[in-house]
Amino acid sequence: MRYVALVLVALAMLGTGGLVWLGWYPAIRPVQPPARTSFPAASIERGARLAALGNCMSCHTAAGGAAFAGGRPLQTPFGTIYASNITPDPESGIGAWSLAAFVRALRQGVDRRGQQLYPAFPYDHFTKLTAADDADLYAFLMTRGAVRAGKPGNELSFPFDHRFLIAGWKLLFFRAAPFRPDPARDAQWNRGAYLVQGLAHCGACHTPRNLLGAEEAGHMLSGGEVEGWYAYAVNGASPAPVPWSADSLYAFLRHGWQPQHGDALGPMREVTDELAGAPDDDLRAIAVYIASGLGKGAMRPVPAPIAAPASSGETLYQGACADCHEKRGGPPFAGIDLARSSATHAPNAIDLANIITGGIPASGEERAPIMPGFGVVLTGRQTTELIAWLRARFGAAHPRDGIAEAVQAARAKTGQLEAAR
Amino acid sequence: MTALSRRALLAAGGALVVSVPLGGQAQTPASPPDTANLPGSLKGAPYLDAWIRIDSDGDITVFTGKAELGQGIKTALLQIAAEELSVRVGRPRLVTADTALTPNEGYTAGSHSLQDSGTAIRVAAAQVRQVLLQEAVAILQHPAGQLRLDDGAVVGPDGRRINYGALIPPGILHVVARPDTQLKAPASFIVISTNVPRVDIPAKATGGQAYVQDMRLPGMLHARVVRPPCQGSRLAGLDTGAVAAMAGVTQVVRDGDFLAVVARKEFQAIKAMRALAAAARWQAPEHALPRQAEIFTHLAGLPAQDIKVLDTRRPPGAAGRTLSARYTRAYQMHGSIGPSCAVAQLLDGVMTIWTHTQGVYPDRAAIAELLDMPPAQVRCIHVEGSGCYGHNGADDAAADAALIARAAPGQPVRLQWMREQENGWEPMGPAMASEVRASLDASGRIVDWDYAVWSNTHSTRPGNAGSLLAGQLLAKPFTPPPPKPIPMPEGGGDRNSIPLYALPSARVVYHFIPQMPLRVSAMRGLGAYMNVFSIESFIDELALAAGADPVAFRLRHLDDPRARAVVARAAEGFGWAGAKPAAGHGHGFAFARYKNLAAYCAVAVEIAVERETGRTRLVRAVAAVDAGQVVNPDGLRNQVEGAILQSSSWTLYESATFDAAGVTSLDWSSYPIMRFDAVPASVEVHVIDQPDAPFLGAGECGQGPAAAAVANAMAQATGKRLRDLPLTREKVKAAIGV
Amino acid sequence: MILNINGQQQTVDADPDTPLLYVLRGELGLNGAKYGCGLGQCGACTVLVDNRAAFSCITPVAVLADKRIVTLEGLGSADNPGPLQHAFIEEQAAQCGYCTAGMIMRAEGLLRRNNQPAEAEIRAAMQPNLCRCGTHMRILRAVRRAAAVIRKNAEAGQ
Repeated sequence: MRYVALVLVALAMLGTGGLVWLGWYPAIRPVQPPARTSFPAASIERGARLAALGNCMSCHTAAGGAAFAGGRPLQTPFGTIYASNITPDPESGIGAWSLAAFVRALRQGVDRRGQQLYPAFPYDHFTKLTAADDADLYAFLMTRGAVRAGKPGNELSFPFDHRFLIAGWKLLFFRAAPFRPDPARDAQWNRGAYLVQGLAHCGACHTPRNLLGAEEAGHMLSGGEVEGWYAYAVNGASPAPVPWSADSLYAFLRHGWQPQHGDALGPMREVTDELAGAPDDDLRAIAVYIASGLGKGAMRPVPAPIAAPASSGETLYQGACADCHEKRGGPPFAGIDLARSSATHAPNAIDLANIITGGIPASGEERAPIMPGFGVVLTGRQTTELIAWLRARFGAAHPRDGIAEAVQAARAKTGQLEAAR
Repeated sequence: MTALSRRALLAAGGALVVSVPLGGQAQTPASPPDTANLPGSLKGAPYLDAWIRIDSDGDITVFTGKAELGQGIKTALLQIAAEELSVRVGRPRLVTADTALTPNEGYTAGSHSLQDSGTAIRVAAAQVRQVLLQEAVAILQHPAGQLRLDDGAVVGPDGRRINYGALIPPGILHVVARPDTQLKAPASFIVISTNVPRVDIPAKATGGQAYVQDMRLPGMLHARVVRPPCQGSRLAGLDTGAVAAMAGVTQVVRDGDFLAVVARKEFQAIKAMRALAAAARWQAPEHALPRQAEIFTHLAGLPAQDIKVLDTRRPPGAAGRTLSARYTRAYQMHGSIGPSCAVAQLLDGVMTIWTHTQGVYPDRAAIAELLDMPPAQVRCIHVEGSGCYGHNGADDAAADAALIARAAPGQPVRLQWMREQENGWEPMGPAMASEVRASLDASGRIVDWDYAVWSNTHSTRPGNAGSLLAGQLLAKPFTPPPPKPIPMPEGGGDRNSIPLYALPSARVVYHFIPQMPLRVSAMRGLGAYMNVFSIESFIDELALAAGADPVAFRLRHLDDPRARAVVARAAEGFGWAGAKPAAGHGHGFAFARYKNLAAYCAVAVEIAVERETGRTRLVRAVAAVDAGQVVNPDGLRNQVEGAILQSSSWTLYESATFDAAGVTSLDWSSYPIMRFDAVPASVEVHVIDQPDAPFLGAGECGQGPAAAAVANAMAQATGKRLRDLPLTREKVKAAIGV
Repeated sequence: MILNINGQQQTVDADPDTPLLYVLRGELGLNGAKYGCGLGQCGACTVLVDNRAAFSCITPVAVLADKRIVTLEGLGSADNPGPLQHAFIEEQAAQCGYCTAGMIMRAEGLLRRNNQPAEAEIRAAMQPNLCRCGTHMRILRAVRRAAAVIRKNAEAGQ
């Protein structure tokens, strides 16, 4: 017995040692923060557009915090990770990082000091970037305002709080490799593929992940969960009752809404807000690439209204929803006809529960949809009944799956937000 | 000591006392009163009892043709009346704008209420006090100097009291006011210049009846209008059968393109309105609106009348630096929080309308014409609405209600506009453009000034039935009267287009554009908001070129000592001298005297601009205001604080949107205004009181300076000058670049 | 149907899809909650439902059967104003006053949860409510003032 135990301990130590050895990287010497004049203006401009496409701002900026100064919490199944400060502050940001250190982080997922980076930073996508794009992003980030700002320590459960284990994760799931264009496709498609697979990292939200948090290779863009929201499939499994096209996808990315598909909500709204700074051609390329993966996808027929006697869900719908969602002209400012909404047709009720409970709050002073949340006036049960009726009325494959749980999660999230106010 | 009645005294005294109306000679009704020298609104209503009545019980009623808009005028006028009548402020009752009861003071607009109504009431009340004293002298047989006034009674040296009611025989106040009436000296003020709490706030904070929206008359019905989907759409077909059969619906009203539905309960009316809108078929209009992106080009291409506002141009002396700039302002909305509402009832041949219009008399005239009724048979009574900030939907809602009430004789009808209707149909503040060119001499002084402004009219107020939306929709429509410019010194698009600065050579031209692509009218400040924004932005651009501090540059060109005083006070309160803004922050300053004849106001602001997003935040503001004799200092401060925040919202965020069919900014999501997340940390207002100086209107004095101060601060924070209102986040980000 | 309004059971005759706002104003004659947009965008209609601020303009009465509704009238009267009402009057925190009732109810919802709100929490809580006159500074002062009074009362064991 003791012999077996000793062998196991030795193996574990070997394994750990192996991982530590595998995962070891040298520190790259710190540099003086480069002066703005050391970067060509054109490079900084290109970097700005790349940063908009990559949406660095959203993850790396805390609510109410300085741009790119980090501190925003990202909820993962393994705990909470706080985004780092990527302003050029030498102490708390990346001001001391050379271009080589920056590129290594994007390509290999290792920081300047040689530490493993959690794949919450999607270097599994950024690894595909060209050297030129890396350099332009570097020029952009190094010319932002330097902000001295630390961040809270990550709150990860054991054993995920040990960074060296990431080396094992990488062994299983990560290959550092640049993007390879498909010669059978045209330049626009390849540009779209490069952006989607790389900088725009769409799959980081829209691809399901396995138990160890890696994107499932065979299910690219088949739908995923992020921060309590469900990012719909944007491939052949798309639940949108009106099929997406390259044109409608482009319009959605450009404006943050589209008449047949509604408004970008939750984390996707942050994406489309940032895409305002992205070049038109690139958005079109992304739309073309995504559209090519959609398949034919026929419009789901709207089922006949349920013959059951008027349920409480229907009364709720008529009293609270119908006015805005049927009679005011649709997106961008009025509610979408729910027969066209991806949320009512999605494989789960997560987003419906979020939107109905929390609404779309009025924030900032820009033109944007506002929807009152109903979490205060509806109980969990009333919300569940309403959603069940909506999904039955407007058609979804599994009308009752997980509704109550989704509602509970949405109420917990909104309650936290309210308590924080 | 019990109050003595006049009759008893006379009977007891046995003497024959003849009381002679003030003014000396008996006034025959035949000769019209001499009103030329009467101050304020006394010109139009010279008799004392048009303003002040005291009944035999001593109850005092004060009348004003002005209306409470939320600016605190009820309280201020009560203070003035109470002061001069020597009673406590809670004693008199104030009756506001009512065509059956009060003088005709036109519109409550243009910051005239204190200047015109306040002055009239003050003089009238002072004269009434003298009448009371005179009568008391005769009865108490003591000289006036030995009498004192005590909250509604005159008290003799021996303690005998006579209530005001006992001193007033009928008709004694039906005398013409005297312009030389002696007013109380400021040193003796008890009520004027004190912070009397607003008389209307307690009800508003506790659910009392305060607004026209709160009126509930017995048997009152609820109505909603259905407006055309596009400007100029005509009703092609309508099947009212289903709507008329809906629960609670009492009738559908149709006259030409005017459509309305009446029901017993409010939500029934709303549902019926939606059904009626769905049941109506409209023809497409003949004309499409111009494209929003090209609106300024479009306006510039319309015929314009060129009005020379000022021309003192001399050939410039030694050639100096010449700068020029062009500024623009988008259509902006009043955006009243409570959409317009009116209650109307046709009873015994009289149409009574309870309305929050700014002008009960002009609206009455227009509605009388609309209904083809004698004006004497139409009564408009002002009841508060939410803040209107000018000509919003109130007048039209009153007309809508009257038309509907005519179709339901005897029954009170409450007509409420929906949010989308208020946004879609209220007459907006017009889009404007300005161009300015000026020259500096070698010493950095302005030696030449050339300013031009382009605008539609700033008033389409009724007057005429053709100015009313309903009037344009009827089967026999009324034609809107051709718009006319408002002459200076008030001005419309040219309001405040003449800088107060000492300019040796100046020209100001107003290009008045009669044709209106969108419905426009008076919005708080009228042209002053844009003109002061332009002038004060450009003054900063000149100061920069002259290498001068913005405050010092302004003082260098200001002769008016009161103007200099507000500028100095605001700068001092802000800590302007030597202040260095933090990184990403900017300081800005601006000044104007509203219409060059109302209140003086200077505003200094600090803003912060977020480089990466262009988002601009107001950090703090400090203002100074001189409104002449201050009646209610806190009320004045409230108005100027509000002006700064309201103007910051206009300036940073607001522009109406429209497409070929009409206005598309139909709710708060599509027309966002300032919310609490953008409110600054502090706003300070310093009041410079001028005891005994005439009242100066302050309701609109802050908006122009606040706008320019924000723009000037933005220029300092970003190094870029933005000139196109609103100064949105996108424009700021585009100007900053990467 | 029966609604619990300001602690009283009220019987109202209204279709179940009628928004609470119209029942309050029309059936019960209450003036506090007001129509500003009917869309849940401006907050003029704000009331409390189970101690939390809610838009009465988009809440059909059908969902409110077992819930406790509080309106402005439930906080006090002109003769006996509650702490927030008193604070708004003391601070003269109104110009036209149309938003005032909604502001007071929104603040009441906050202070019932947390009578020591930080400045940022007050502003975030008030975000759903609009004021067009620009009275925001006074409204914030009134909320702070009321919070202090409520805290003092709580400490005094009232």
